[in-house]
This record gives sequence, structure tokens and C-alpha cells, in this order.
Amino acid sequence: MAIQRDEVRRIAGLARLEIREEDLDRVAAELSSVLEYAEALKRLDLEGCEPLSFAPPATALRADEPDGRRLTARQALGMAPEAEGGFFVVPPVLEGQDP
Amino acid sequence: MAHEAVIGLECHIQLRTRGKMFCGCPAEFGAAPNANVCPVCLGLPGALPRANHAAVEAALRLGLALGCAIREESVFARKHYFYPDLPKNYQISQYDRPLCVGGALPVGDAGGERRYELERLHLEEDTGKSSHPVRAGDRPFSLVDFNRAGVPLLELVTQPVFREPAECAAFLAALRRLVRWLDVSDGDMEKGQLRCDANVSLRPVGAAVLGVKTELKNLNSIRGVEKGLAAEIIRQRRLLEAGNPVEQATLLYDVEHDRLAVMRSKEDAHDYRYFPEPDLPLLRVEGPVLEAARARLPELPWSRAARLVARHGLSARDASVLSEQRELADYYEACAAAADGRQAASWVMTEVLRVLHERAVSIVDFAARLPAIRLGGLVARVAAKDIPRPLAKQVFAWMLEEAGGVDDLLARHGVRAMGAATDLRPLVLEVLLEHEEAAAQVLAGSTRTLDFLVGQVMRKSRGQAAPQVVRELLAAELARRSAGEFPPRAPGFAP
Amino acid sequence: MTGRELWRLTARALAAAVRAGECTALEAVSAGWEGPAARWEREVHAIAHSDLEARAAGAGTAPHGPLAGVPIVVKDNLCTCDYPTTCGSRVLAGYQPPYDATVVRRLREAGGVISGKGNMDEFAMGSSTEFSCYGPTRNPYDLARVPGGSSGGPAAAVAYGLVPLALGSDTGGSVRQPGAFCGVIGLKPTYGRLSRYGLVAFASSLDQVGILGRHAGDVALLYALLAGPDPLDATSRPGPPPDVGGWDGGVEGLRFGWPANLWREGVDAEVVGGLEEAAAALERAGARRVPFDFLPGEYAVATYYLLATAEASSNLARFDGVRYGHRAPKSPDLHALYTRSRSAGLGVEVQRRVLLGTYALSAGYYDEYYLTAQRARTRIRREYEAAFSRCDLLLMPAAPTLPFRLGEKLDDPLAMYLSDIFTLGANLAGIPALSAPVTPAAGGLPRAVQLLGPDDGEGLLLRAARALEVRGDRARLDRSHEVEFTWPTKR
Repeated sequence: MAIQRDEVRRIAGLARLEIREEDLDRVAAELSSVLEYAEALKRLDLEGCEPLSFAPPATALRADEPDGRRLTARQALGMAPEAEGGFFVVPPVLEGQDP
Repeated sequence: MAHEAVIGLECHIQLRTRGKMFCGCPAEFGAAPNANVCPVCLGLPGALPRANHAAVEAALRLGLALGCAIREESVFARKHYFYPDLPKNYQISQYDRPLCVGGALPVGDAGGERRYELERLHLEEDTGKSSHPVRAGDRPFSLVDFNRAGVPLLELVTQPVFREPAECAAFLAALRRLVRWLDVSDGDMEKGQLRCDANVSLRPVGAAVLGVKTELKNLNSIRGVEKGLAAEIIRQRRLLEAGNPVEQATLLYDVEHDRLAVMRSKEDAHDYRYFPEPDLPLLRVEGPVLEAARARLPELPWSRAARLVARHGLSARDASVLSEQRELADYYEACAAAADGRQAASWVMTEVLRVLHERAVSIVDFAARLPAIRLGGLVARVAAKDIPRPLAKQVFAWMLEEAGGVDDLLARHGVRAMGAATDLRPLVLEVLLEHEEAAAQVLAGSTRTLDFLVGQVMRKSRGQAAPQVVRELLAAELARRSAGEFPPRAPGFAP
Repeated sequence: MTGRELWRLTARALAAAVRAGECTALEAVSAGWEGPAARWEREVHAIAHSDLEARAAGAGTAPHGPLAGVPIVVKDNLCTCDYPTTCGSRVLAGYQPPYDATVVRRLREAGGVISGKGNMDEFAMGSSTEFSCYGPTRNPYDLARVPGGSSGGPAAAVAYGLVPLALGSDTGGSVRQPGAFCGVIGLKPTYGRLSRYGLVAFASSLDQVGILGRHAGDVALLYALLAGPDPLDATSRPGPPPDVGGWDGGVEGLRFGWPANLWREGVDAEVVGGLEEAAAALERAGARRVPFDFLPGEYAVATYYLLATAEASSNLARFDGVRYGHRAPKSPDLHALYTRSRSAGLGVEVQRRVLLGTYALSAGYYDEYYLTAQRARTRIRREYEAAFSRCDLLLMPAAPTLPFRLGEKLDDPLAMYLSDIFTLGANLAGIPALSAPVTPAAGGLPRAVQLLGPDDGEGLLLRAARALEVRGDRARLDRSHEVEFTWPTKR
């Protein structure tokens, strides 16, 4: 049940988080202890228990109309760390690499 | 060893709704960048999605038309990956329980059809668009516009039932026709309203197992799909014939240079971490809603084409051309109701389509100018040999610009449709008088001379005569002469 | 009525005073800042964002309505367009939303004025308000102790008198537990009764906006004004919300479940003493105790920490430095931008949970973790449904301990998670729950109990809270006998 360092690296990559090498073991141990605790669920009888959703099934959907929330481009871009000419600016995606 | 290709397609159809899939922003094309955004489609903290009724209805229309099984309860799911044009870094899509399952698209002329089976059809939201301008001297960067983020999409996945790139091209053309027919999408591939990715693998002919498949993306046109697939099949075939394995990869195809490029190899396969979207309840489509949608379906294009063949005696090919677009088929049928089916088909396929193309107008706009019934009236006169075709074409041109019935237009332009024998007889007699030797030759059996005489009458009538009528009149007149009857004296002529 | 006393009034009395012209809205809003805040805020640090102009502007819009001029602290994860909304995180440093959360809009429409943004554990992940990038909030009753979390700021602000009411959020107990630790009422409504639109999501299927207040009547008023379906939130519960107008009607004949097996072990004696006191008070008021065993909380902890972290890992993916918030400077490519911005912007506890949640959802583990937890959730819900066939409300601890010391649980994440053992269940089941103070523990620390109800049971919960407010004395249930709130007097 224990998570290993390599697994931590993989998950961190998926989550776009940097974990320093010296922290990998500690993080692995922390995650493992919670997952071990989660083993408790194996002792529960889950016969006939299907995932539930509280939200009532949607038969009434939203009508295809404006809902008054549209932002001005100025509002949208005003929060941007970097913007130019009406666009959000980001560094480029490297060829062949997942961003 | 001979190999056969096995191809499956994954198409994305951008829906023609007013608003986006999960918010009320306009889903329009061509606005200023980041003008159509709100907290929801921009992925601001605290914003929540709500599903658009019109998008679900459009999905139902297409699903029903394709004969899919419609799930009474389907689930929206989050698909996670990081990309700058994906505002939440997850896309709301459908995974385990999509809205539509199965179904098939019939392709081909009304007569002989192929049916291509589908796997599923589901709803999802589109991403924004990033562009990568290159500027000398600057550090490289990308620009992102979120206008398109959240626009409703239908993803259609086929079974791996294609064997030839040409089949895929035909499928896409038929799909494009269908989505337009149903008002589900404008289906313009250049505008990205219909997109296609393809999965292709090779296997020995007759084998049951599938080979390793590669994915082709960025196919922006039907031609691109066909050529891209052809190129990839060649590439795989060469590998296999040299004894090398095909490796799983994602490739892009550059149609201008006919070049494939590897975008991503297998190792970087995505872990999308799908789970049901907690911000949206189950999508429920209840029996009565489904039945109402089914009842509202128009006659489907392939059924329409078949009916045109049956009712109007058209060829399968002609019926297919006329049912390329529902409004065009409607126009044709209204025209045919006023005239002869085949003649109407000829007129619509040649003259009307020509004008649509030349003037870049839609059939709907055309019909506003020249309603089908009006054209039908003209076609009926031609069919009755009342107006010669060349004259009718002139009348057609006038009809595009002016109001009025056929006779009004003729009168306005000082032209008579000389179809009636009474109009033409004097001309026929004149010509026979002026060309007595020719007349004698005709009587001796020369058909070419008869043509010559017909031509002379046509000239005199300035093209307004109906040639068939002229021919008949000449023949009748000459027959009378040979029987010994002499022509009546026209005023001013000596016997 | 002088400014010095305005902050002592109930929200209802204060609004009445403003409407009657006995004081201005600005005076009503400023009283808490000039009085108790001057005394406590520097040490307690309940407020993350304070803005004199925004307060004045809020007070200035002609105040009328049921909450006329009433100052309310809003937790820093609820969107407000006149204050920053940073969720206690560096990743949202300086972010000011272009829109108000629905509950904030309804609050303003009722005349309420935002007094400031409450400090919180980053992204609502924590039980002590020690994980805020602005530094911790301290318990007004003992500055060496935590106020609870994640809504520690709002709870402390109510506790020391800055405001009579506050809005927090409760995903696993984040309103009830700080309410308990600060000696104020903390209500988590039925899932979907308060709109989540504008609440920065932590765990979408568990989050609810919650209400903190000093008086049951005030909490009932704010609930009634904010509750109800919202077309902008597809998960909001349809139909009219439960009527809480009878909050002072008493608990005659009410059956409260008494699952003593839950506190046989692992719960402070003082906390158990508080439970006994509450049970006795309810019985005095005419309620009846129904003992039976209930499913131990460890299952809820396990279920919660798989589901909540999974949803959190997804909800927090949007914090990437592209459209708003912190962006790591000079990133050579997009991958670096994402990774550096997120790693610098998100705190240790948040990163921990994002990693855990990513793992639970990742390919190959989904069935074992996420799906199993979803099924366990159904099982837990059924346990509550079964309990409510035998009683009207459940009584149990709000937390296993009294407020603990700052730094005490920082080194052991699991220990921190286990402090939520009694509150997580209500979020998993979607049912309403409330923490209500009883007499302080020996030594003066606040002490409270928790009541849970069936779906839409807010009315019953508030009646019980009122009964506890008057210690079961039926003669004083009536609202004319508003309880004099006990202010923190000890450092």
C-alpha cells in the first residue's frame, strides 16, 4: 500500500507540481499513511451501494439565452498576468512535449 | 503479404446553438478576441457550469437521425489535461455513459448504400484557440483567445469500419450534409465546425486481429483526410514490408506538402483522470421528450433522395445532388410540382446551382428572389414547348432581377415567345419563298437542308421561335407542296 | 445608542435600529472596528482583507431591508467584487473577481454590508486556520490556541464582536468546528440550499456555504435570506427552502439520537461533559433522548479524504498562472510556467491534498480509491437515513477535543484530518448540521456540541440551538429573551 518515490514523481508531474528530491520520501510517507487509513473502507459492506449524486437529475436545462454575465474584454484581460492586443500571452508549447 | 487498412474516425461537430454549452456567452465565430467570455467559460474561481438545452436537443436530433440508442440518463465527466486553451485544465465531456450509443450513417446514392456503424455520440465543450505568431527578435510566445472555449461540440466516434481513404471522404461528405440538413451544425471544415481525427492500422488481409494503430490529427478538409490517410497507409505498409513494427504514435498531416510528422509517441499517453462532473446532475432525457424530438425530425436526406427517384423518376445521382441540402430539395420539389419532374431537375441542377455558385448565395436567399413556383411556371412553358430553351434562359436571367410572370417579362423586353404556329407561319412561308431550291432539296430527301431552313426561320425570328415547332411547320408546308397544294397568296407576293 | 454599544446588538436589533434611523449604517458597520477590533484584531488576525472605502461604500448604499446596515464578515473564498478573494493563498494574490457570489449578492440585496474578508486555511483545506498565506488566526479565548478551521477568521470575528454574523464554507466541518472552537453557532445547510456560485470550489459535492452567528435568531434570519435555488448553480436544491421562522418555537417532543459509542474513546472528557449538559438542557426543554449506536467516524474520514482530495485536485487545476493569479516570472516554456507558478503559489497542505487526489483519480487506481469511496458514501448516507427513522436530530460532539494549541498538529497531517471525525459525515451525506455552544470548559475555553438533521432539517436544528441558548429553560425560549453573549474576557 505504500507509495514509492517514483510514484510521487509521476503524480507530481500529472499535477504540475515540483517536489524537491529531498522531500520525495517525506511526501511518499505522508500520502501512504492516509491511503493506509483508507484501507478501512475495505471493511465496510458496500453491497448494493452505488455512487449517488445529490443534484437532482436535470430534465430542466438552461435555456439557450444570454445570462447577463458576459465580461468585457477589459475585465477578462485585466486580471491577466500578461496580455497583449486582446489576447492572453503565454510561453509557447514546446514541440512534442505536453505543456 | 498483402495488408488491408482498418480505419476509424473521430469527428467533432460544432453545434449551431446561440450560446455556449455551459454558459450564456454567444457561440459565434469571428468576434474580437476574448469578447465572448464570462466567469464560467474563462474558468474563473467559483464559476459553475449549466448545460444548454438547445445543445442537448441538437444532439438528440443527430442521434435519432443516425439511429443511435439514446440513453435516458447520461453523465457529464471531467477530462483532465493542462493546456493554455483549456481554461479549467479539464474539459467537461462525457465518458462512461454518453448520450448516444451505436447507430450508423448511410452513405452513397439513394440506390446503393453503404452503412458505416458508429460507436457513440456525446456532448462536450470546445477549447479556446491559441495562435503562435512568429516575430523576429522577440522571445517566442503564444496568444490565447477564449471566445471558442465552451462552444458546444458533439463528438462522434465510428467503429473501425473503413478500409479505404475514399470511404472516409464519402462518409465525411455525408455527415456534413446530414448535420446541415438537421440544423445541428454548419459543418464548415475550414471554420473548424467539423473536425476529423483518424485512427489507422494495417493487418494481413483476412486477419481478425487489429494491428497497432496510429492517430492522425489536424485533418482540416475532406481532401486532407483522404490524402493524409493514404500517406499514412503507405508509410505503415512500407514499415511492415521491411519487417519493421509500426509504433503507436500521433501524427499531423500537412496537406500542402503531403507530409506526415510525428507529434507525440506512445510513451506520453495521457492519463485523463476521468470522473463524473460533480457540478452537473445526471442528464436525463425522458420518454416524452425523446418522442417529441423524434416526431420533429424532418425527412432524412437519404429518404428524401429515394423519394425523389420514386416520385419524379430521377436518377440516383441526380436525386443525390438535389438532396445535398434540405432547402435545395424543398426548392426542387416545389418547382417540380408546378412543372415536369425531370425538366425541373435539369433546370435546378444547371441554372439554379450555377447562379448559387457564381453569386455565392444560399438557396434560401435565392428562393426569396426567385420562388420555386415562379421558376416552375417557366419550366412548365419550356416543357410544353411553348418557349425555346435559349429564350427561357434569357427569361430566367430577367426573373432574377425583375418581378412579373413569363409573359410580362417577354412583353417588357419586346420579345415574343414564338411558339404558336400562327406567329411562325408567315416566317416559314417567307423562308420557303426565299429558298426555293432548298425547299426542292428537302422534298428530294435532304434533312440537312431542312436543318438549314429551320435555321433560317430561327434567324428571322431572332431566336424567339421554338425550333421544334418551326421544324414541324416547315415539314407540314413542304408536305402540302409535294401534295400539290399551293401556298396561299401572301399580300404583296405574286403567285 | 452610541457606537460603543452597537456591536453588542443582535443583527436583527441592529438592522431595526438602522431602519428606524437610530444610527446610520456606517455607524453600525464601524462600531465593530472601532470597539472590539481595536482591542482584538491585531492579535486575533481574523481578517485577511480590510478596506475602509469598501465598507463605507457598502454602508452608503441606502440601507434598508432585513439586514439594513448589518456588518458581515465573508470568508476569503467567497467572490466579492469590491474586495480581493484570495482563499488564503499566494496563487491568488491580488485577485479581485469581476463578480459577486450569489450569496454575497443576496446578502447585499438584504441590506448587509461586508465588513471584511475572513482569514482561512488555504483553499479551505485545514482545521486550524494555520495554513493561510497571511499567517494564522488565533482563538480570541486563548491566543495560543487555534480558532479552528478552515473558517477560523469568520468564526473569530463573530466571537470577539467585530460582526454579529459571518459567512464561511463547510466541506468537512469548516464552519461547525471553528464555530465550536470559538463558542458561536455554526450552521452547515442541506447540500444545495445555499448557492455555491461564487464559492471557490474545494470539493464540489461536499462544499456548502455556512453561517456563523452569536444568536440562533440571527443565524435563522440570514439563512432565510440566502437560501433558495439559484439558476447559476446546477447543484442547488430545487423548491422553496425549509421555513426557519419558528426557530424559537422550542423542542417539545423532539427525539434526539444519542450515539454514545462514538465518544466512548478518543474524545476529551470536557467535550463529553458538554454533551451531557446539552442533552440535559434539551430534555429540560421537552425533548427525548434516544440512545443507539452509530457508524464510527473512521469510515467517514477515509471516504472523505479520498473524495474531497480527488475533487480538489481537479478544482485547483485551473490555478496555473495563465488567466489570473500568480505567474512565476521568466518561465522559458509552458510546462515550467505551470509547474513553477503552482509550486510557488500553493502551500504545503494544499499540495499534499492535490497529490493525494491526483493519485486517487489516476489510471489504475480509480476503482480502488475514488469509486470505492463513492460507494462508501452511499453507505454512510444510508446510515444517517436509518438513524433519522428513529430520531429527529442526532446529537454528537463537534470535535474530539477542545481548541488545540497552534503548531500542535502541524507535523502530522493525519492527526489534523482526524479532528474532523465527527463533522465529515454530514458533508458526505448532504444533510444539514450545526454546532452550538454550551457552557465553557473548566479553564474558560469554548465548548460546543453538534446536532445533525435530515434533509431540509434546518428548522429543527435552529430550534434545538435556541433551546441550548436558553439552557433548556422553556420560559425563556421566546425571542424577547435574547441571551446576553459572553464576550472573551481572558487573554
